Amino acid sequence: MAVLNEWAFIGVFFAVAWVFPVLPILGARILAPHKPNPLKQSTYECGVETVGDTWVQFKVQYYIYGLVFLVFDVEIVLLFPWALAYNQLDLFAFGAGFLFIFLLADALIYAWRKGALEWL
Amino acid sequence: MEDVCSINNLVRCLLDGGMDAGLANFITLLLGVVLVAALPLVTVIFLIWVERKVAARVQDRIGPNRVGPFGLLQSVADALKLLTKEDITPMGADKFIYNLAPIIAFASIVLIWAVIPFTPLHIGADLSIGILYFMAVGSIATVKVMVAGWSSNNKYALLGAFRTIAQLLSYEVPLVLALIVPVMLAGTMSMQAMTVAQQGMWFIFMAPVAAVIFFIANLAEVGRAPFDLLEAESEIIAGYNIEYSGFKFGMFMAGEFMHAFTVCVLMAVIFLGGWSGPFVHEVPLLGFVYLGLKTAFVYIIMLVLRSTVPRVRIDQLMAFNWKFLVPISIVNLLLTAFLLYIVRALGLAPAPNQATDFVANLPQTIVLFVGNLALVGVIVSMIRSQGRRQRLADEARLAESETEEPALPAGVPAGD
Repeated sequence: MAVLNEWAFIGVFFAVAWVFPVLPILGARILAPHKPNPLKQSTYECGVETVGDTWVQFKVQYYIYGLVFLVFDVEIVLLFPWALAYNQLDLFAFGAGFLFIFLLADALIYAWRKGALEWL
Repeated sequence: MEDVCSINNLVRCLLDGGMDAGLANFITLLLGVVLVAALPLVTVIFLIWVERKVAARVQDRIGPNRVGPFGLLQSVADALKLLTKEDITPMGADKFIYNLAPIIAFASIVLIWAVIPFTPLHIGADLSIGILYFMAVGSIATVKVMVAGWSSNNKYALLGAFRTIAQLLSYEVPLVLALIVPVMLAGTMSMQAMTVAQQGMWFIFMAPVAAVIFFIANLAEVGRAPFDLLEAESEIIAGYNIEYSGFKFGMFMAGEFMHAFTVCVLMAVIFLGGWSGPFVHEVPLLGFVYLGLKTAFVYIIMLVLRSTVPRVRIDQLMAFNWKFLVPISIVNLLLTAFLLYIVRALGLAPAPNQATDFVANLPQTIVLFVGNLALVGVIVSMIRSQGRRQRLADEARLAESETEEPALPAGVPAGD
């Protein structure tokens, strides 16, 4: 029951946390003036007319960082149970954890050598 | 679980008053939620004032001093002004997610406060996976950047969002790797239990390297100088929130201020012992004061850093993360695991019944601290030798170019 209460708290907290920022924005809608015109609503580029489409293709660089991040984040999630139970683990689990972290480091070195970490 | 939270007493009071059990529980729950969620809202108004005052003092100015005593009401005036400003939605913006982004920005930070232990008795929700919750909720900040940058239909906003996401994603790796160390030391992921585990010795003494990595990575996560590339005014005018105006912009700003403060609170909870201090079990509310003092200490360091350190370039930022912080945090994790094993093998760890005793914790702290110092020594010597190699290479290249290229003809002033 206690555990359920904690999660009930989080659930209600989620609802309340979304209400808090919505209220002042709605309040601003009532208080603030609203007089749109085409010039005001145009895309802000320091006074210069915008050219072409905004939603363009972007550099592959960002995908590569995203991939490296994904590798690390997934493996880190697997490391947390190991760290959590660390004080009760025997030598074998200790070695297994070490091996796992070495593989993680190996992935980093591979990405580094391949030049994935260079900003182009 | 008796008297874990003083709000529990309210349930009993309401039940004694003859109220329905479900309703009493719900009212208590809602009251607790609103209390915890309102705390960051109230502090952020004060924080903006603190931030402006500290920055002003560093730059030899006075800072806000007109509205209210010492200018304390300046932020209130600013908020009121923002409320009456016109809210412009740019043409071609994706309306729904354009309006959603500032709400995400604010809500994602408020959500973190659910798991912060304020005193031994007061915590929003003592989740058994508090640290994981913080990481999951903290990552929503990345979503707000993506959503805001993409929906604004502005090239600068999109560019800023790309950069920011690259930065936030990258710095999350050392952040989480550094967080594994205190989890390992405490053997728990609950925030409250982690604070209890630090009653004997703060984790900053057992894992100083992890604490520093955590702090640096958090600086980048909240986009504070020297990592404030997400608002680089001179390059991408304001980054992902350029097209926002009125109170939606205010939500982004308030969210950023709150995020900066929230990570300081987390730093205090995870590494500086949270509410622990003398007499805290007799007077639980003292814990609130201790937590506040520790947070203020971390926050002031952050503010002074912000106003003294220049902004780094984007390639330096990424190289610093992937080629410096990540390798160090991996080595630090391995080292801590190894040292903890040694401590256990030698029987230096405190007995379970002495875990909160300062003297019993001393031997293992010394072993871990010396190990961390050795790691810092190795890192510093590696940086020095790298710098020396770089300098020698530069000098060699300079000497080569001097022999190859003829000197400037006389009469032409040498440019620099």
